Amino acid sequence: MLIKSSKQSDLKEHQVTDESVYLQRRELIKKMGFVGAGTLLSSAIPSVANAKGIDFFSSKAEKTFQRYALNFTADSSKNSEILTPEAKVTSHNNFYEFGTSKSDPVKNSQGFNVKPWQLKISGECDNPYTLDLDDLTKSFALEERIYRLRCVEAWSMVIPWVGFELAKLLQKAQPNSRAKYVAFETLHDPEQMPGQASRRIGGGIDYPYVEGLRIDEAMNPLALMSVGLYGKTLPAQNGAPIRLVVPWKYGFKSIKSIVAIKFTQSRPTSTWNVLAPSEYGFYANVNPEVDHPRWSQASERRITSGGLFARNRIDTLPFNGYGEEVADMYRNLDLRKNF
Amino acid sequence: MKYKVIFFKLFIHLAALLPLVNAYYLALTDQLGADPVESIIHFTGIGAFNLLLLGLAITPVSKRFKLSMLLKVRRLVGLYSFTYALCHLLNFLVFEIQFDWSLFFNEIIDRPYITVGMVGMLTLLALAITSIPSLKKRMGKSWQKLHNWVYLAVLLVGIHFYWSVKSEIIEPSIYLFITFMLLALRFKKFKKKIKKD
Ligand code: HEM
Repeated sequence: MLIKSSKQSDLKEHQVTDESVYLQRRELIKKMGFVGAGTLLSSAIPSVANAKGIDFFSSKAEKTFQRYALNFTADSSKNSEILTPEAKVTSHNNFYEFGTSKSDPVKNSQGFNVKPWQLKISGECDNPYTLDLDDLTKSFALEERIYRLRCVEAWSMVIPWVGFELAKLLQKAQPNSRAKYVAFETLHDPEQMPGQASRRIGGGIDYPYVEGLRIDEAMNPLALMSVGLYGKTLPAQNGAPIRLVVPWKYGFKSIKSIVAIKFTQSRPTSTWNVLAPSEYGFYANVNPEVDHPRWSQASERRITSGGLFARNRIDTLPFNGYGEEVADMYRNLDLRKNF
Repeated sequence: MKYKVIFFKLFIHLAALLPLVNAYYLALTDQLGADPVESIIHFTGIGAFNLLLLGLAITPVSKRFKLSMLLKVRRLVGLYSFTYALCHLLNFLVFEIQFDWSLFFNEIIDRPYITVGMVGMLTLLALAITSIPSLKKRMGKSWQKLHNWVYLAVLLVGIHFYWSVKSEIIEPSIYLFITFMLLALRFKKFKKKIKKD
């Protein structure tokens, strides 16, 4: 994908509709709260996702994580896909540091404090350096990228990210010839991240969350360091203040709330790969031909709007539709073995 | 006594139906989380399991506390468990894979956790059908034999749940533990049966 011009505001209309739909929904849910709270078996049926929904939207939400408008050049690619509404992008998250259920992160992360933040870039390079919170949005020109996000759980979204190419951040560090891989690490702060403090909340994962890419993958122009979405800085639940977005790989590769990036000689570990090597590979390229052992990856449900009857099942594309830009990197690789 | 039973049954109808109707209303109007399909699958799955465990707890509890009235609602609770399970299956077929029948059958065959869920579902179906009073009468002694399969069903559902999660095994483990407890309460029954056979 080529980002050519700098036309602003393609998105404005989406944002506006989105906001009004969001407020309408808020009202409705408030009303529904009566029924929801009054239902008699609600204690005997603990899952009640609806009760959680009501919680989240209820007016007693104490604090919200602050987001700020960003300056960036708009995505000018001719991507005509319908965007996933902002309210869904920010309330349906796999971020086990804040709880395993999709609706947990938005509830548990509103008090997340990102000040001060330090992102250290080190390892096999000549110019290791550190970025502070302000540097994250100021060191590199920001651009919008509308990408498909394909979760390994077979759902997907279309998200307008704001960020800069990972390659720019890496090149500034001047990697040396021993730099074959890039390792990433999420913040480890059990006081702020309840999932790191409790195995029950955190889904039994070993923290900090770590990920890795081959250096050529990391240098690919599609690989994005995102600091925002829908025109504003990232919400905590989406990986504030800075996260990776690798659109041709399953979502779990796109590590959130990054504090360290390291050039390495040998292949870094990645959290899900270590946890279940037969289910989650190091590469994790989106591939409709290689199923997860427990479900098919041939198709996916695209989350936009609409209730149960939204006919949203679509075919999954190799490399999530980004084959033209990335397939070359895997020419000599058996993608069935290296899934 | 009679009125008590009627009220108790009415209570169970409301307690089982209201949350279900509420959840479907929210899901149909896109208010049940960002992905209403996932939410409704989980809601009905957990609901079916809860009701199944509740149904299995009725006999030991009514014996222990001499509450014979409880036994009068056991069938109802079982049937609601089946209803939730049927919704769960239909959610999967209609909303998750959206009538892709080849995918549906492939998933049932290829994915052990779905296979296990399906066997559990078919067992519950057999129990639900034979709960019709006239059928029950006609079946005589074999009815109890067939309905002992509920112990298999609940185990399969526990395994299905455990197997369906990515890494968060604590909740399904608690469910499995409760399942084993309820099965352990029947230990004597099993022992007698084994001796007899
Ligand atoms: C008829 C065949 C069945 C199919 C195709 C099926 C399918 C599914 C699917 C797709 C999931 C979600 C997995 C995920 O989100 O990763 C699931 C979870 C679950 N199912 Fe089933 N299922 C079946 C039978 C049953 C039965 C009979 C019960 C209970 C009586 C049951 C109880 C559950 C429970 C408790 C969960 C976990 C929900 C959660 O994680 O919150 N399932 N099933």
